[in-house]
Amino acid sequence: MSLSSRFENIEMAQHLCGKLLDPENLSDETRHWILMALREALANAIKHGNGQDRAKRVHLEMDVTARILRIHVRDEGEGFDPEKVEDPLAPENRFKTSGRGIFYMKTFMDEVRFQRAEGGGMELFLTKNLAGGKEKEEKGS
Amino acid sequence: MKTSVREGRGGVQILDLKGKITIGSGDVQLRETINKLVDEGKKNILINMQDVTTIDSSGIGELVGCYTSVTNKGGKLRLLHLPPKINDVLTVTQLITVFDVYESEEEAVGSFAG
Ligand SMILES: Nc1ncnc2c1ncn2[C@@H]1O[C@H](COP(=O)(O)OP(=O)(O)O)[C@@H](O)[C@H]1O
Ligand SMILES: [Mg+2]
Repeated sequence: MSLSSRFENIEMAQHLCGKLLDPENLSDETRHWILMALREALANAIKHGNGQDRAKRVHLEMDVTARILRIHVRDEGEGFDPEKVEDPLAPENRFKTSGRGIFYMKTFMDEVRFQRAEGGGMELFLTKNLAGGKEKEEKGS
Repeated sequence: MKTSVREGRGGVQILDLKGKITIGSGDVQLRETINKLVDEGKKNILINMQDVTTIDSSGIGELVGCYTSVTNKGGKLRLLHLPPKINDVLTVTQLITVFDVYESEEEAVGSFAG
């Protein structure tokens, strides 16, 4: 699907993603963190990618099986170099008011991969392994 | 997000937040509310997080920004009733040690006196 570049649309996408996730297969906790990662991905596409230009779209694909969730987000912006993103845990960045979104995505998902999209913009692939997730967590606690 | 301010013992400003502190919804509002208090010379601020339902990296950034501006003006900003998931997002970014967090309002308000 594609969304216009408005922050209000983040919630709608989160809602849809939530519907795709089977509560039998994963804990509320895992679900919460997946939806937070999705929120951060879309916020970046809307803000940094498309510069909140409503004429630009954010393209979102979500695929889920019992084993894995894949989220693909593409914006229509200039793209960026993920190597240049600063570490929010570095002491000099600790008190910054921004720069934590990608870190949260990496913390809560199993894979976070950026790629420059053909024809400009940035593509982001987020993956979460779901297989046996709930069982594993319950055993662990 | 909804904000309302109460005054506690010793002039401590208790800021009750309700709802979301997310990008485009509540993040800027939080900063404006805090800046207004600081401009009025009210420097002991306790943020009650009990009814905050969602926070994202922008909301966290605003909390950090508020902490810095209050501290730079010689004030104190402390947190009350931190929901577990917000505690988690502060923990993974190593911010939890920055904030003084309280579970009891009584105790939190009293902490400003010292
Ligand atoms: N889709 C995007 N297009 C262009 N730049 C981006 C994109 N996503 C992230 N960035 C860059 O990466 C930086 C870090 O992103 P993030 O960790 O989410 O922190 P924040 O959004 O608070 O700046 C951003 O400040 C921006 O420079
Ligand atoms: Mg971001």
